[in-house]
Amino acid sequence: MQTFDLGEKGLRAMHEELHAQTQSTNETAWEIVNPKGSHAIAVGLDAPIEVTVRGSTGYYCGGMNKQATINIDGSAGPGTGENMMSGKIIIEGDASQYLGATAHGGLIVVKGNAASRCGISMKGVDIVVHGNVGHMSAFMGQSGNLVVCGDAGEALGDSCYEARFFVRGEVKSLGADCEKKEMRAEHIALLKGLLEEAGCDAKPEEFTRYGSARQLYNFDIDNAGAY
Amino acid sequence: MCGIVGLFLKDKSLEPKLGEMLTEMLITMTDRGPDSAGIAVYGADHDGRAKLTIQSATPETSYAGLEVELSGRIGAEVSLRVKDTHAVIDLPEDKMLEARTALKEMRPETRVMSAGEVIEIYKEVGLPGDVAERFDIPQLTGSHGIGHTRMATESAVTTLGAHPFSTGADQCLVHNGSLSNHNSLRRTLAREGVMTETENDTEVAAAYLTWKMQNGHSLGEALEAGIDDLDGFYTFVVGTKDGFGVVRDPIACKPAVMAETDQYVAFGSEYRALVSLPGIEDARVWEPEPATVYFWKH
Repeated sequence: MQTFDLGEKGLRAMHEELHAQTQSTNETAWEIVNPKGSHAIAVGLDAPIEVTVRGSTGYYCGGMNKQATINIDGSAGPGTGENMMSGKIIIEGDASQYLGATAHGGLIVVKGNAASRCGISMKGVDIVVHGNVGHMSAFMGQSGNLVVCGDAGEALGDSCYEARFFVRGEVKSLGADCEKKEMRAEHIALLKGLLEEAGCDAKPEEFTRYGSARQLYNFDIDNAGAY
Repeated sequence: MCGIVGLFLKDKSLEPKLGEMLTEMLITMTDRGPDSAGIAVYGADHDGRAKLTIQSATPETSYAGLEVELSGRIGAEVSLRVKDTHAVIDLPEDKMLEARTALKEMRPETRVMSAGEVIEIYKEVGLPGDVAERFDIPQLTGSHGIGHTRMATESAVTTLGAHPFSTGADQCLVHNGSLSNHNSLRRTLAREGVMTETENDTEVAAAYLTWKMQNGHSLGEALEAGIDDLDGFYTFVVGTKDGFGVVRDPIACKPAVMAETDQYVAFGSEYRALVSLPGIEDARVWEPEPATVYFWKH
């Protein structure tokens, strides 16, 4: 385990170290101490490493991540995992607004609650929230899955495209062009896998699926394979 | 952007350190707003006495001989503490109105920052660290306080455009965001006899709350009413003589983090502002919900 003291060495030095890790690195386990809510921790990583941040983070932790697994041993600030491409982010506490915004791939897990605009404009990422999500979650979601084990706030999935939303609890209101959908066997199987990977013991059958009513954008069945 | 910090102490043993704690929190938020900074502190209550904090661009001339002149004018004992561009006038509570009227005539160049039994407001153009040093903020003691560092949007970078704003006795408000209906609301308030001094949107919000409270609302009720009447983006932190409140608009783009322990309730625009507080590791830390009023009282 490589330990990096962010308070002592600073953000630039941390990124120099983490970005220097290649595909075949032997130093796969990293620990960042003294994060103190700093912005942009462990951003732009592109190696199969596991980074654990010991404490709460500020804006944009894990943004643009590829391959790496990032554990946040605390709560995460706004824009965590923004534009993530692959890899994993696991947040032990709560996540602030616009978690996983525009993220293309990978998995983000929140053990607590996520605030407003969770998964806004998601483009392929999977997000599993053990608690609740705030208002306008998955606004303009294009692709990927948002799983909410608790409740969802107002206007879930407003103006969404082909992203899928699974909510176990109450949905305060659905956004424009978002509707309740049937849970078919393939959705149960998909959800089972996501819940398992996210360390969540909720049963897939307890969830309701929501998605686009396809009235607001020019959906063409011939392009369904692209989502 | 703008940065807000706030501290409401439950544990009296921390009161001597209020200024120091608030200063450290506010300096952490410097990069959210480098234009101007200000702080409101609620100090000790002395029976029958009140405090008037004034500001002048020419403190040497404005404050020279003022103590004696004002004492003579209102026929009561007055003491004056000069701190850089500001002066805190200690006077009998029942002479407040008289003193304010007299000051307008005697020193028309001065502006009132705050008036009340316990509140003192200091604010100037500059970085939080510099402003705190000029006014010796770390030395201030009290039961609660609010700090703000400003990135100007709706009005010019001036001392009077800096936060906190105070439009009523022992009341103050700081704001992160921008209001879009402040001009029409300013006119409405003027018709009701509630006057504002600047072009600033936040001052209108402060005046609105004062107006509501003058009409029998509690601070909590006034904030609730503001959710309907104030249009725009806001995270507000407000202070009264014995209370401290927080409210965010229904969209809640403007960040807010709170922490509570047995010793205090703290507010920060970001978690970074809270990391130096005692016992923060074990504090309950959460984001205030949109369109929800939070309020604590001594």
